[in-house]
Amino acid sequence: MSSPAPRVGVTVASPRFARPAALVGRNLMVQKAVPYVWATGLVEPVFYLLSIGVGIGHLVGKMPGPNGAEVPYAAFVAPALLASSAMNGAVYECTTNIFDKLHWAKIYRGVVATPLTPRDIAVAEVASAVVRSALYSAAFLVAMAVLSGTRSPWALLALPCAVLVGLAFAACGFMSACYMRSWTDFDKVMLVQMPLFLFSATFYPLSVFPRWLQLLVEAAPLYQGVAACRELCLGQPSWDIIGHLAYLAALAGAAMAISTRRATKLLTP
Amino acid sequence: MAGTQVPMRLRPLHYFWATFRRQWRSDISTTFLTPVLYLASIGAGLGSFIKGGQVLASLGGEDYLSFVAPALLVTTAMQVAVSRSTYDVYGCKNWWSGAYRSMLAAPLSVGDIVTGHLAWVAARVGLASAFYLAVSAAFGAVHSPAAAADLVVGPVVGLAFAAPIIAYAITVRHEQPFVMIFRLVMVPLFLFSGTFFPLSQLPTGLRYIAYVLPLWHGVELSRGLYQGSLGAWPALGHLAYLVVVIAVGSMAASRTYRKELAP
Repeated sequence: MSSPAPRVGVTVASPRFARPAALVGRNLMVQKAVPYVWATGLVEPVFYLLSIGVGIGHLVGKMPGPNGAEVPYAAFVAPALLASSAMNGAVYECTTNIFDKLHWAKIYRGVVATPLTPRDIAVAEVASAVVRSALYSAAFLVAMAVLSGTRSPWALLALPCAVLVGLAFAACGFMSACYMRSWTDFDKVMLVQMPLFLFSATFYPLSVFPRWLQLLVEAAPLYQGVAACRELCLGQPSWDIIGHLAYLAALAGAAMAISTRRATKLLTP
Repeated sequence: MAGTQVPMRLRPLHYFWATFRRQWRSDISTTFLTPVLYLASIGAGLGSFIKGGQVLASLGGEDYLSFVAPALLVTTAMQVAVSRSTYDVYGCKNWWSGAYRSMLAAPLSVGDIVTGHLAWVAARVGLASAFYLAVSAAFGAVHSPAAAADLVVGPVVGLAFAAPIIAYAITVRHEQPFVMIFRLVMVPLFLFSGTFFPLSQLPTGLRYIAYVLPLWHGVELSRGLYQGSLGAWPALGHLAYLVVVIAVGSMAASRTYRKELAP
C-alpha cells in the first residue's frame, strides 16, 4: 500500500496524480447528490442556440463565414456559443464554488491536513471543472449537429478546442476566486465575462467593429476559442488555429501558476 | 431614512438600504451594465445585419434595435427582481446575515417583512429601469414619451416575479434550487418571450405557454410604450394579469414566511 488511493473514482498509480484525483473523486461524489444541477447545465446552451441561432437566425438569414462565403446564421453562431458556454460553465464552476470552499465552508482546511498540497487542490478543482465542461461541450456539439446542420468532420476537433477554452477559463476562475475578498467581488467577474461573451465576434464577424476595437477583440481570450471553433465547425480550418490554441494554453499555464502560488499562501498556516 | 413616522411595513428598507450603501458599486455595475451591453451587442451590432438595420414588417414595422430595446428593460426587471429575491431571502433567513431574525426581534411582524422585502425589490428594479430607459433613449430606441411609464411597468414586472419567488425561496433548505430557477425559468423566459424575435415565429404550443408566463405581458407593455402605440384595453389587460400574479404571490409569501419564521 504505497500510494494513497482515492476512495471514489478511479485508482491512479502515481501519487502525483492520485492526490488531485482524490479531490476530483470527492467533487464527483458531492455532485452526484445534485444530479439536476448537472442535467440543467446541458440545457442552457441549447436554449441559447434555439433562441439566437434559430429564432434570430430567421431574421438575419446568412452571415459571411471565416473564408468569406455566406453560411446560414445558425451554423455561424453555434460554434461561438459552444466556445462561450465552455467559458461560462468553467467560470461558473470555478469562482463562487471555490470561494465558498476557501472561506465559508472551509473545505480546504481539511484537505491540506491530508497529504494534498495547495497545488493539488488547484489542479483537482480545475480538472473537475474541465471534466464537466467537456461533457457539456460534447452534448452541445450533438445538439448543434441536429439544429444547425453541422456536417464537417473537422467539427469533431471543436471538442478538444472547447475543452481547452474550459481549461483556460477554469484556471482563470480559480485564480480570481483566490483573490476575492467578498461575494460582491463576483460582480467584477461578471464585468469581464459579460463583455467577452457579447463582443468576442460571437454573434457577427469581426468586421463590424472599428479597427481599434478589432485589435482589442483579437487580443481577448474568448475570441481565440470562438475563432478556432468556428473555423473547425464550418469545415474551414486555417493555420491561425494553432495560434489560438497556443494562446489558450499559455493563458491556462499562467493562471495555474499564479493560482498555485496564491493558494499556497492562503492555505499554508 | 430615520424617523418614527416610517410605517412598520417599510421599516425593513432600513436594513436593505444600509447593505446597499456598502455594495452599490458592484451591484450597479452588473444590473446597469448587463442590459446596456446586450443592447449594444445584439440590438445595435447584430441588428445592423437584420435588413441593414432598416425597419421590418415582421417586427411590427420597427428596426431591430427598437424591437429589442423595450424588451430588455423588462428582462432586466426580471433579472434584478429574481436575483434580489433568491439569495437575499436565503441570506436574510439563515446565518448568512440572519436579518429576518433581527427584524422579528424588533416590533416588526412577518407581514411587514414580506412587504418590506418586496418594496425593496421594487425600488431596485425602478432604479435599474430608470437608468436603462435613459441609455436606450441615447441609443435612439425610444420613440414616444409614453416610455416614461416603464418606470412603473418595470417594478410591476419585477414584483410579478419577486412575490412568487420569495414565497418559495423562504422554504428552501440549501441554495441549489436557485440555480434551477435561473436556468429553467429565467433563461428560457429571457430568450423566448418575444424578446429577441417575434412570438409568431414560435410553434403554436410554445406560443401559448409564453402567453401564460408573466414576462411576455411586460414585453408587450414596454414595446407599446416605447412606440407610443399601446391601446388602453391591452394595457389594462396586461397590467391586470401582472397584478393578479403579484397578489397571489404575495398571499403565498405571507403564508410561507409565517410558517418558516414563526418562532
